Amino acid sequence: MASEETSNIEIKPANKEKIRGIWKVALYLAIITAIEFVFAFTMDAGFLRTSIFIFLTIVKAFFIVSEFMHLGHEKKSLVYAIILPMVFLVWLLVVLLKEGSYIFDIGF
Amino acid sequence: MSSVTAIKKDSIWSGGQSPMKASYGKLMMWFFLLSDAFTFSGLLITYGMIRFRHLAFDAETMGEFAFSREYWPIPEEVFQAVPFLHGVSAPLVFVGIMTFVLILSSVTMVLAVEAGQRMDKKAVEKWMLWTLVGGITFLGCQAWEWSHFIHGTENGLDLTGDGIGDFFGANLTFNEYGPSNFAALFFFITGFHGTHVFSGVVLNYIVYYNTVTGVYERRGHYEMVEKVGLYWHFVDLVWVFVFTFFYLV
Repeated sequence: MASEETSNIEIKPANKEKIRGIWKVALYLAIITAIEFVFAFTMDAGFLRTSIFIFLTIVKAFFIVSEFMHLGHEKKSLVYAIILPMVFLVWLLVVLLKEGSYIFDIGF
Repeated sequence: MSSVTAIKKDSIWSGGQSPMKASYGKLMMWFFLLSDAFTFSGLLITYGMIRFRHLAFDAETMGEFAFSREYWPIPEEVFQAVPFLHGVSAPLVFVGIMTFVLILSSVTMVLAVEAGQRMDKKAVEKWMLWTLVGGITFLGCQAWEWSHFIHGTENGLDLTGDGIGDFFGANLTFNEYGPSNFAALFFFITGFHGTHVFSGVVLNYIVYYNTVTGVYERRGHYEMVEKVGLYWHFVDLVWVFVFTFFYLV
């Protein structure tokens, strides 16, 4: 009974181009991680290095969300419904980092 | 009045169709992930705040780095052990391997989704198995990382000034690496992420099981692979941020 049902299912051939695209994104992610390691070992810690790390992290996040999670190919309304609320985090980040340094400054 | 109805009929939001061209389940997974992203952001931003609340290590005024409860440790000094290489200093190597494992298991998950869209049961099984292997490997690595962090280094932290270590490893109230909150945040953030990986592995296993038993084939589509795939990529995405803010910065 079950085998009868399955025999009717048509398996489409692998989409070579799509699969190549997936591995390409994986390669980008690996390369960016490797670049992060190069910066971690050759550059002194500081504002510039931290900025580079955050920039590269956002690039990686873009590839994962846009390609692996397919959000880049969804309807605009869905993309904005997910991305726009993230804006709130920017303010939380700024405020709490400032608050942290202030608590340190007053020695609490 | 008639013009109003005409506009309403033209709008994709007036009902009868999916304006976002995504199924209910997929949309809800997206909104769950959005709320989960807020949770993880809250944790990571808290890490930033507590780190800014402590003294930062400065090589120019403090000289050689040594563990101290006075200032926040440099991550690459803390995380430099690799299994089977006892005593060898290899900063960030092990965590780099973990990152790579998780990214690879994300790749195999996309390949499973791609196979599912073609109704290729055998290929979905294969790629789901690889994804499971990646997830379990990551969890094993994290267990080792935690164990090493908890047991500590050979030298430990010298509290009495006699050159002999007095405290080794870490717990929730005291640790040899830095201020108490350093270990507390390590346990909380990597632990919360690890819990997500564990749930992801469980979900992946259920999907694998259902694929093997032909549930999705009888259903006529493999959308469940896509939905669980979204969750699995999210876990990878969070790790990318944890990796940067806990280990690199």
